[in-house]
Amino acid sequence: MNDAAPALEVESLVKHFTSGRRIGSGGGTVHAVDDVSFSLRQGEMLGLVGESGSGKTTLANCVVRLHEPTSGSIRLHGRDITHLSRRDLRPLRRDLHMVFQDPYSSLNPRMTAGEIVGEPLRLHRLAGRKVRTGRVAEIFERVGLGPEHRFRYPHELSGGQRQRVGLARSLILNPSVLVADEPVSALDVSVQASILNLLRDLQRDMGFSCLFITHDLATVEFLCDRIAVMYLGKLVEVASRDEIFRDPEHPYTQALLSAALVPDPAEQRQRRRVVLEGDPPSPLDPPSGCRFRTRCPLHDLSAPDSDEIEPPLREVSPDHLVACHLSAPGSKTPRIADPPVTTPVTG
Amino acid sequence: MSAEPLLEVSDLSVRFDTDEGPLQAVDRVSFTLAPREVLGIVGGSGCGKSVTCMSLVRLLPQTAAVTGSAVFDGVDLLALGPRRLRRVRGREISYIFQEPMTSLNPVFTVGDQIGEVVRRHLGLSRRAARQRAVELLQLVRIPAPERRVDEYPHQLSGGMRQRVMIAMALACDPKVLIADEPTTALDVTIQAGILDLMREIRERLGTAIVLVTHNLGVVADIADRVIVMYAGRKVEEAPAEELFAAPQHPYTVGLLGAIPRPGERQERLEEIPGRVPAAAAPLEHCVFADRCRFADETTRTQVPALRAVRRDHLVACFHPEADRAA
Amino acid sequence: MSIVVQEIEAPRVAGRRRLRLLTKRFLRRPMAVGGLLVALAFVIVAIFAPLLAPYSPGHTDFDAVLAHSSSKHLLGTDDLGRDVLSRLIWGTRASMQVGVFATLLAMVVAVPIGMIAGYYRGWVDQVIARLTDVLLAFPFLILAVGLAAILGPSLLNATLALGIGSIPGFIRIARGETLTLREEDYVPAAVLNGANDATIIFRHILPNMTNTLIVQATLTIPGAILGEAILSFLGVGVQPPTSSWGTMLQEAEPYLTQAQRLSVYPGVAIILAVLAFNVFGDGLRDVLDPRTTR
Repeated sequence: MNDAAPALEVESLVKHFTSGRRIGSGGGTVHAVDDVSFSLRQGEMLGLVGESGSGKTTLANCVVRLHEPTSGSIRLHGRDITHLSRRDLRPLRRDLHMVFQDPYSSLNPRMTAGEIVGEPLRLHRLAGRKVRTGRVAEIFERVGLGPEHRFRYPHELSGGQRQRVGLARSLILNPSVLVADEPVSALDVSVQASILNLLRDLQRDMGFSCLFITHDLATVEFLCDRIAVMYLGKLVEVASRDEIFRDPEHPYTQALLSAALVPDPAEQRQRRRVVLEGDPPSPLDPPSGCRFRTRCPLHDLSAPDSDEIEPPLREVSPDHLVACHLSAPGSKTPRIADPPVTTPVTG
Repeated sequence: MSAEPLLEVSDLSVRFDTDEGPLQAVDRVSFTLAPREVLGIVGGSGCGKSVTCMSLVRLLPQTAAVTGSAVFDGVDLLALGPRRLRRVRGREISYIFQEPMTSLNPVFTVGDQIGEVVRRHLGLSRRAARQRAVELLQLVRIPAPERRVDEYPHQLSGGMRQRVMIAMALACDPKVLIADEPTTALDVTIQAGILDLMREIRERLGTAIVLVTHNLGVVADIADRVIVMYAGRKVEEAPAEELFAAPQHPYTVGLLGAIPRPGERQERLEEIPGRVPAAAAPLEHCVFADRCRFADETTRTQVPALRAVRRDHLVACFHPEADRAA
Repeated sequence: MSIVVQEIEAPRVAGRRRLRLLTKRFLRRPMAVGGLLVALAFVIVAIFAPLLAPYSPGHTDFDAVLAHSSSKHLLGTDDLGRDVLSRLIWGTRASMQVGVFATLLAMVVAVPIGMIAGYYRGWVDQVIARLTDVLLAFPFLILAVGLAAILGPSLLNATLALGIGSIPGFIRIARGETLTLREEDYVPAAVLNGANDATIIFRHILPNMTNTLIVQATLTIPGAILGEAILSFLGVGVQPPTSSWGTMLQEAEPYLTQAQRLSVYPGVAIILAVLAFNVFGDGLRDVLDPRTTR
């Protein structure tokens, strides 16, 4: 799989916003995404994990070109789409879609579910009315909705059904890249499960590459092949799922894993955990050097390097990238917490 | 269970009068809360967990019809007059909400807001109130409390605001703290700190905590005992370890199978097909019947009573796991 | 074949379900229902004025000048012996015409402008917003009176003047709504679908602000009705002998001491119409826009 050209390549992507002047705070530049590079391989599920303010949603919006990046480049199947105009992008849109977080706001309340899902076909003039109806019916079945749901308005559907409609809309043109921005975090636990199962099934059947954005490690562990961890506009660690969970290198990844709650009191209450001090700094004024240093439990070890020099994201072992001064090929960062491991399922 | 309960709720029902007709939000829920206990109430959205707790401190709108009783310290909270209610609320029983952003008044400093609570309830002077506010901020582990006390809510992060909310709730040394999804709006790394804080409060102050959440991980982390609610009813109740080790109700089993578990490779997550019923009146059958694998004639025609399958483990189901295993 | 039929049928069924729900909500508000009934009554009277009025509005009966009510003239006659009831009925037509058409005019002009401002923002928005502010700085009536005076007194010009006077309010509403709606996720979703600006504006934004626009319209109509009465009373609106509530008030003014009823009837009509539309509009807002109620 590795030799095929990546579906999506992001290189040194930067997105800064000039923040509005507010009383007391003055104007400033929000460093939402700062020099982020990664690639989404063909047919892969890449999980992008970060907390609020990490810039993960901004990154997603740049990737699908809802935002124009400040600098850097985005290539879709080798083609540079970083600065294409809306008009020039339109034909490429068939290949790239997105599922949104909020199942309520992402569907136009004045259109029926069938109209919503059929709209990409209509706008790209890919099918006449009759064929469109057939294609819509087909994808409805695929996402687990009944044919009668086509004539329902969004407010008549449950949260889970709405998210299925959103999924159907983004997949009806058979895109090769799907960006999913926290698609289940607004849903109830039992509904989340069905959407996650569905997304995994669809991905396996249709073979699209998926950038899955979330704050929840357990979800990416279930779904994704590789995981990228983001903190304050930067990637701090990228590795395969197994590697991240077995051998987290970056102290932030370790803290994140440590904070993930295991739904098993016996296990959860005896884990060695690390709780991060303080709050994430403002992206308006990120710290010098390593951005994590203000909360890093290993700051004593990494100083003074981490105060001045920004650690680059580098490969410390095959396919495992870490941006930490304490991590280098052959030398590991100290383990500060136990990663969550529930009783292994036998058989 | 040996200690005298601090709070005893019996047959609590709540019905709302809405534009689309009546809605039975809570249906005959009973439970007790022991001193120093952390009681978790879990369930999906709309299961009535928040409504149950809000009805205890009478925070529901006028359109809600509440029946049943909630005896705290010998008095029925649901029958309390407005003056006595004010004395109990905030002083004996405090409440913290999910949204730390909107629960604080943006035009007053943190110190003013905490101070107001202690001045009103404990009649402290302005200076003593400020002193108490600083102490409380220290208690909830806010760094540099002498400085923070003069800051406005917008100067604080989400996690800090939630700590301030907790400080305010603890201002009068309440016996019961009701925390309604206290960590849902927060990041995971911040959540861990808040949960540690709540644990510490229970240890140091002996406050009993009712923790309402949809997150089973939170319950696994901190609760002593757990109530599972579904469609307005209590379907299961057990000590936390027991509930996770041997869930009895098919809904609880489904819920536990539905969450991705960190550190575990799962091929599939368990799904619960169907939707939660929305009822205008109490349903005269098992609320989970139309989503349950084990549903039969009895399930569809009778209300299952809560029964103890083991010591302290109650379940409202005709076909609990324990029976099927036997 | 059956699928195609279903396709056309089914959305209508879904639409009907929504309508039924809204109707149910509306019927729970007796004030609003009352407002609707009264407003409807006025509209019907306006439409069927020629059939309902016993006399033509200009018909003079010199045997009965300033007569009290009688079987011949139910509400009496005015100083020229014209039947007050007939003039009131024809006046309803003039007033409703001005109210409805002025509002429509304002909507047609203002909504696209407001939407463009809200959608594109930037300097376009700045210019439109400042112009709107300037227009809003003039009290609505002074603006209308000025315009009517410039255009010359007539029913059409009164409509134009009141319509133009209502434009800034509509621009604000349309702009504000567009600003809110463009933040909804279905707008970026449409961009990803490959939609152009026109599709986004007309298919995704406009349909979602119709509720607000309908409410604003119902609340603008009474303003225009009142405006017409004032313009006509001041002599820059509808001109005699055409009948409107405003001209009736103006003509009744010299007889305030001898025949108050001449002022009372059109006055009551104005109050009733304005109140009915306002109450109806408020109720409609509660029903259509759940944000204000819950």
